[in-house]
Amino acid sequence: MKSKEYIRPMRAMWWLHNTQLKLFMLRELTSVFVAGYAVFLIVLIAKFNTRTPVPLGVDPFGDTLRCPAALVFQLIALPFVIFHSVTWFNLTPKAIVLFRGEERVSPLVIAGGHYALWVLVSVLILLVVL
Amino acid sequence: MANQTISLEVFRYLPDQEDQPRFQTYQVPYREDWVVLDALNYVKDYLDGTLSYRWSCRMGVCGSCGMMVNGDPKLTCAAFLKDYYPKTIRVEPLTNFPVIRDLVINFDDFLHKLKEVKAWLIPKEEKPVSQGEYLQTPAELAQYKQYSMCINCMLCYAACPVYGIEPKFLGPAAIALGQRYNLDSRDGAKNERADFISSSEGIWECTFVGECTRVCPKHVDPAGAIQQAKVINTQDWWLSFLMPWGKK
Repeated sequence: MKSKEYIRPMRAMWWLHNTQLKLFMLRELTSVFVAGYAVFLIVLIAKFNTRTPVPLGVDPFGDTLRCPAALVFQLIALPFVIFHSVTWFNLTPKAIVLFRGEERVSPLVIAGGHYALWVLVSVLILLVVL
Repeated sequence: MANQTISLEVFRYLPDQEDQPRFQTYQVPYREDWVVLDALNYVKDYLDGTLSYRWSCRMGVCGSCGMMVNGDPKLTCAAFLKDYYPKTIRVEPLTNFPVIRDLVINFDDFLHKLKEVKAWLIPKEEKPVSQGEYLQTPAELAQYKQYSMCINCMLCYAACPVYGIEPKFLGPAAIALGQRYNLDSRDGAKNERADFISSSEGIWECTFVGECTRVCPKHVDPAGAIQQAKVINTQDWWLSFLMPWGKK
């Protein structure tokens, strides 16, 4: 006869168990700000996509970007988006595993490559914008 | 030192006598070179012969003695008392599994999942013994060696909140072992495993918490194996999408 098994319920606050789990939840939370910033960018692009002629001296893109609400949102979103990017960049060596013969390429090279590319793309965008 | 003791708070569940589990405290001698498993063996031998738990090799190879030690999944044969002394040590069965009795869990679900992912070598072509071994270079071995270190201790399942919330999730060790054989140059059953590994209850259920890798006593890095499987799966999907005439 099979005896009665005891099933332990999952605790609702399981993510408070240790620091790693709290950081994981924070990383998940930052996705909201990444998505929010994506929506913000779509709104900005939509400002460009207008058929009505823009009067001289009016800059719908810049005005939207510089309005107080947008500035506050960007200030709040920036640290969360940076945290999101950094945590994911640090995790890239988990997903990308390369070998040189029998030797695994150092995780530092994989993550470092992503950071280098990030800086390069940012500099290129700055050069285009400025 | 000789008379020092340490408190062991042990999860007890006797299904024939009680509906709910309880904790029972035992005082065991404190020895610097003792591990939690030694303390449990002391309880079993000298204090309470009714205590049930699994163990075998006592050297981190068999994977039988995994339990929650102060809330963390550990091999009790590798959890030294000196790392907890003088505080009380709480010992519980691995979480996310049904408890049969005391510290003994039912891991039928894990065994079923190992079977689903076909965690064994399926050669591309069966050849007679007379043709010799299936040869492999050191570089080919390096591709999967880390994942072959898994001892099926299931600490990763106890640490994984995704498995705790969604028990249908294939789970860290089963996927890592599936990946171990997928990366083996002698194996030819990647497509057979893909039905389970690439399903919504397989790799895509994983949210990359990373706890499985943190608790793994053999440094298998199941979280890494799952992310690599996601990359390979995505590449395969794009290839089959862009070149449907190509070989699957």
